[in-house]
Amino acid sequence: MTTEAADKGAPRVSPLYDPKVRGIAYQVVLALIILFVVYEATTNAIENLRAAKIASGFGFWSVEAGFDINQKLIPFSSTGGSTYGDAFLVGLLNTLLVAFIGIILATILGFVIGIARLSNNWIIAKLSMVYVEVIRNTPLLLQLLFWYNAVLKPLPDPRNSLSLFGAIFLNNRGVVMPSPVPGPNFDWTWIASLVAIAIWIGLSYFARKQQAATGKRFPANLIGFGLFIILPLIAYWAAGSPLSFEYPKQSRFNLTGGMQIYPEFVALLVGLTIYTAGFIAENVRAGILAVSKGQSEAAHALGLSNGQTLRLIVVPQAMRVIIPPLTSQYLNLTKNSSLAVAIGYPDLVQVFTGTVLNQTGQAVEVIAITMLVYLTISLTTSFFMNIYNSRMALVER
Amino acid sequence: MKSIFKAAALGVAALGLTIGAASAQGVLQKVKERGQLICGTGLGIAGFGMPDEKGVWKGLDIDYCRAIAAAILNDPMKVKTVSLTAKDRFTALQSGEIDVLVRTTTWTMSRDTSLGLNFAGINYYDGQGFMVRKSMNIKSALELNGASVCTQQGTTTELNLADYFRANKMKYEVVAFVTNDETIKAYESGRCDVFTTDSSGLFAERLKFSKPGDHMILPEIISKEPLAASVRHGDDQWFDVVKWVHYAMLNAEELGVSQSNVDQMLKSDNPEVKRLLGTEGKFGEMIGLPNDWVVRIVKNVGNYGEVFERNVGSGSLLKIERGKNNLWTKGGLQYAPPIR
Repeated sequence: MTTEAADKGAPRVSPLYDPKVRGIAYQVVLALIILFVVYEATTNAIENLRAAKIASGFGFWSVEAGFDINQKLIPFSSTGGSTYGDAFLVGLLNTLLVAFIGIILATILGFVIGIARLSNNWIIAKLSMVYVEVIRNTPLLLQLLFWYNAVLKPLPDPRNSLSLFGAIFLNNRGVVMPSPVPGPNFDWTWIASLVAIAIWIGLSYFARKQQAATGKRFPANLIGFGLFIILPLIAYWAAGSPLSFEYPKQSRFNLTGGMQIYPEFVALLVGLTIYTAGFIAENVRAGILAVSKGQSEAAHALGLSNGQTLRLIVVPQAMRVIIPPLTSQYLNLTKNSSLAVAIGYPDLVQVFTGTVLNQTGQAVEVIAITMLVYLTISLTTSFFMNIYNSRMALVER
Repeated sequence: MKSIFKAAALGVAALGLTIGAASAQGVLQKVKERGQLICGTGLGIAGFGMPDEKGVWKGLDIDYCRAIAAAILNDPMKVKTVSLTAKDRFTALQSGEIDVLVRTTTWTMSRDTSLGLNFAGINYYDGQGFMVRKSMNIKSALELNGASVCTQQGTTTELNLADYFRANKMKYEVVAFVTNDETIKAYESGRCDVFTTDSSGLFAERLKFSKPGDHMILPEIISKEPLAASVRHGDDQWFDVVKWVHYAMLNAEELGVSQSNVDQMLKSDNPEVKRLLGTEGKFGEMIGLPNDWVVRIVKNVGNYGEVFERNVGSGSLLKIERGKNNLWTKGGLQYAPPIR
């Protein structure tokens, strides 16, 4: 081999001094060290668990849990024979719920604040600045405790609830609302909504085509939205108003019946939304400032209004700068939702690495699963945001 | 370059060795070498383990740690306490962070077996109870249908609560918190109608309220909560030490050996007392301790009765009756095997 290399005119070197060979050797050594450490750690853990006679494995998954959780999106009760696996699902869904709603609200609030910070109105701009600085520079845990202990707990007790129209009640156990009970023909309303959405999509397709061909604008969104409101209403009325409400009733301890939103959820959602919105606002501001001033001046020169300039010229270009840091804020929000432990919201960490870990004593398995779940959620979020990012990215021809 | 590889290889090998050798030595030997006992305790439960105004930890559980330290090291203050939440306590013990867990921990079958623990002597017979506001006008736990209940997560309390409401076909809403303080705060602020924990804990926590008189403890005791010290599986010598420190304190009370008379008792002719205090036989050596181990315990900490009265009984703010925790000779459940 070396003779061949020499034939081609390359300088003859010992493999010991060949940078390529050395590079590979380093990689191999590093990989071996990592493998060795991982192997040692795993076998040690297994060995020690066995020596201490601590149960291991995932057999606990289908063992009956025997405890209760207040907020659950799927049925879960100690009476119904729910298992630790079910408890895991309840916790996971609660995490996803607060993360999903939190991301939507934080995005909306963040965009509003970010744009407001660049407003020409002095008061609005300064207020937004104060918001961003205060929220970004205090610890999230402190803010959560503030919302939970200082804002929601001092509300009146359930016997003296604040009530709105005698239907919605607010007390220190959360918000209780009438829950809708759909009647037999209620499905027509859903069908009407779906039809309206289909028409809406068709209209906007038609509008885009028409604008490309003739330059005329067609108010597809306005009409689509109108249909989305009106069609289901007509269907609802035609089917004979098949919806009744179950109103909350005062019982000895609590309001029973209706839908209840727990204060732990509200505190966590509000805390996460407001905190993350502060960061998103800065991302948005940075994104908008990154769009050169000439763009908006050109838009104004073409006769676009301030709103149109923002909506059609500035924001689409700013999005390219905003999306990557926005993704990391979404991930932060999801991961920060584990601070739920501090205020007793039954999220994945609270339920699974709290109660389940403690009742089963299988720390290694439980923590490993939990880490894997957060990793999966984060990677999935990144994946979709990357797809969105590549669609928004500048298409170069 | 070679030297770097060598260093790296050595480093990795050393890492592997240290992990491997972690559990080779017995805990008793380690405590002797370290000159200190590392004892897992709670975050602060009056009477069982709480720092006083000078920051010194006091309580029934703490005195057990002190008794073990006194028996081994002849100094009750050579104890390092590690405050643990209910949720973290077992992991701390399993991982070897603490030598012994004395933290109002209920002895249950699953903990004794699959958690890899051994429970050494019940230092307090407890049971779970409920606390409510007097203004609610509730006389019995059976009237609690529909109530919101605050509890600490990862405890037997959480499980008993579910069992009790299920057995009595009542509905409830559970609000679970990581620490006792958060749970109490939630109850006091009105987030819950009911606070539930071991009844000793109810008495202890009520003292901390701004108006203790506004709250009452319901008569029902819904569970058996034998609170015991625990150690890791697989170190029988250490298990014996912890277990026999407890029995020694009980035997001392039964034989009338107390902190004040232990020196006179050394001259006693009673063979049982002689064996207890090590003037006859070599009982201390059997568990790897000096023969005057019980003298050390009683002199420094006291017998079981003294420890009880000082921390939770008549000598404390809690004023809990001896009840089930009295000696078997006086109608209670505390019974120690003989030293012979």
